[in-house]
Amino acid sequence: MKLAVQVNEGPYQHQATDSAYHFTKAALEKGHEVFRVFFYHDGVLNGTRLTTPPQDDRNIVNRWVELAEKYDLDLVLCVAAAQRRGLVDDGEAERNGKDATNIAPKFRISGLGQLIEAAIQSDRLVVFGD
Amino acid sequence: MADLYTVNKSPFEKNSLEQAIRFSADGASILLIEDGVYGAMAGTAAEGLVKGASGRKFFALRSDVKARGISEDRLIDGVELVDYAGFVDLVESTDKVQAWL
Repeated sequence: MKLAVQVNEGPYQHQATDSAYHFTKAALEKGHEVFRVFFYHDGVLNGTRLTTPPQDDRNIVNRWVELAEKYDLDLVLCVAAAQRRGLVDDGEAERNGKDATNIAPKFRISGLGQLIEAAIQSDRLVVFGD
Repeated sequence: MADLYTVNKSPFEKNSLEQAIRFSADGASILLIEDGVYGAMAGTAAEGLVKGASGRKFFALRSDVKARGISEDRLIDGVELVDYAGFVDLVESTDKVQAWL
């Protein structure tokens, strides 16, 4: 089965990003394909490499990165949501004249069309959030 | 094939469980996750919602039930516990997934 996952909630808010991560991991471990994980609204905050949670707490951002490295996942942040919340990659920094970037490795910033495409290409779209 | 509905909010916080039940068709599966698992507890004001929903299959995510200190003998009869792999299987075995947030 080919899956698309949508995450609408920021990390450390409630539980949606944890649920989305564990669901995605379980699907991959069962041999399913995850076409894309699309981060929308506050969900884009999953994609900053600058988070430093306490050492005895889970590192939600790094956990996504590690999963993406292992399974070559496509992690996409919605560009409009990212701009509002200050998530910046090289392209966005140049386009908007910002002096820094903060996007985590394996994440990329793109448009809402990526969510539509993921929904069309996948057998199921599973949504997590508030 | 029927649809899968996920409910992630407590029935004592939002009415998403009630709505999911009301809008679901006969044969639908309803999976309670996160705070939604409070809807699986017997002896609460929400129990009637679940018991009155004939033709629906109810599931609850085991780790979220355990995380909230709900022992399995306090669950409403007929609610089946699943792990994340079971969640994936439910997604695969149903037609589409609708999150009631």
